[in-house]
Amino acid sequence: MIEVQNLSKTFTLHNQGVASIGVLDGAAFRVEPGECVALTGVSGAGKSTVMRVLYGNYLAASGRVLIDGLDIAQAEPREILALRRTTLGYVSQFLRVVPRVPTLDVVAEPLLAIGKSEADARARAQDLLARLRIPEALWNLSPTTFSGGEQQRVNIARGFAHTYPALLLDEPTASLDAQNRETVLSLIEEAKAGGAAIVGIFHDVAARERVADREIDVTAFAPARAA
Amino acid sequence: MADVTPLLDVRNVSKSYGARVGCRDVSFALYPGEVMGIVGESGSGKSTLLNCRAGHLEPDGGEIIFDTRVDGPQDTVTMSEPERRMLGRTDWAFVHQNPRDGLRMRVSAGANVGERLMAVGARHYGNIRHAAEDWLERVEISAERIDDRPAQFSGGMQQRLQIARNLVSGPRLVFMDEPTGGLDVSVQARLLDLLRNLVRTMGLSAIVVTHDLAVVRLLADRLMVMKDGDVIETGLTDQVLDDPQAAYTQLLVSSVLQV
Repeated sequence: MIEVQNLSKTFTLHNQGVASIGVLDGAAFRVEPGECVALTGVSGAGKSTVMRVLYGNYLAASGRVLIDGLDIAQAEPREILALRRTTLGYVSQFLRVVPRVPTLDVVAEPLLAIGKSEADARARAQDLLARLRIPEALWNLSPTTFSGGEQQRVNIARGFAHTYPALLLDEPTASLDAQNRETVLSLIEEAKAGGAAIVGIFHDVAARERVADREIDVTAFAPARAA
Repeated sequence: MADVTPLLDVRNVSKSYGARVGCRDVSFALYPGEVMGIVGESGSGKSTLLNCRAGHLEPDGGEIIFDTRVDGPQDTVTMSEPERRMLGRTDWAFVHQNPRDGLRMRVSAGANVGERLMAVGARHYGNIRHAAEDWLERVEISAERIDDRPAQFSGGMQQRLQIARNLVSGPRLVFMDEPTGGLDVSVQARLLDLLRNLVRTMGLSAIVVTHDLAVVRLLADRLMVMKDGDVIETGLTDQVLDDPQAAYTQLLVSSVLQV
């Protein structure tokens, strides 16, 4: 489902003395349907960079990033957008929404975007918000005013609204209490059972050991430092 | 996906004002349902390009191919003036930064919306009024205000009325020039939400020119960065904003105040 071949990524900072920073070199791995792979490595090793390249948010310098057969590194914007709508989901650590849009609409939006009916989309959104213990009184308010933990849960509800065959999770259990953490882990297990290929970053070791089938240490993808 | 015909195919378009370059050798394809943002600082050629495409300005060179409903792809630069005007009334819509440029200030809100329907042949008064009421509601203007003139509306309401006037005839391509410029931040948010929903439910394609990177992040699928009439960088909106490649784009993105 997800296959990375010989991927490299360099950041060139033109306005800071044209600094060139290599982050990944020769990265390669694959993730099968129904499998969850955890990216590990110290902070700054490039875990988030790998995730962002997989989502098409960062541009690969070279190599191939195949998701459901589409090479993200070469694809047209509209092909990536179509893939993100139907196939590739991403739960980031930050909720980014149009201000003043009600929480229920924020969560239902990915379903409306693939043509689900308003009723079905809202029913699914309500179900997820209830499971993630967002009080019903908040559903018609914009999540921009919510606490950090509540925003994180709204973000998770949105990310799981559609059952994507490929899913990227960036610290999905961070800043959650025990009950909600349990709910999120169940959602991940359900997605796996449904055949999703998942790549995740989990600093929560117990969570990682429970849902991840194997680990990939991204430190191995660091470019060799010139002496 | 490769077999989809672009709704708009811009090829090597250039426009100069005497020695000054408006835009140089711009090419891109816009597909049905896509929203493209164009950003750059003042004088970068954004508006020149928008006006060339909307047929308000004649480019010095290049082709602007639009996939018309009846005759398929046609070059709008070489088509006759009446043909281009017909497109302007039917398939194209233009939302100006200043609503006063896009509205008729001396006639009622209802007439502003109905006028565009009449331009495409609607004649039944009851139907036109009904459509006008429906559209005022969709842009969150109370139907009670249908007989008021736009001059009696606030800036945000005028902008929403302009959008209703433009979209009532079911266009396929909307050009927007700083659609949220000059509005309060809270009014901007409401307008952005409205535009996003309209784009999704009507399957519109849109080109949005703005200098506001927050607006394009929320509204545009794709982004084109311009400077001094040249295209500096293009790509997925979030990719261009989060991983800008060109020196100018990096400067533009890093100059935005974080809130």
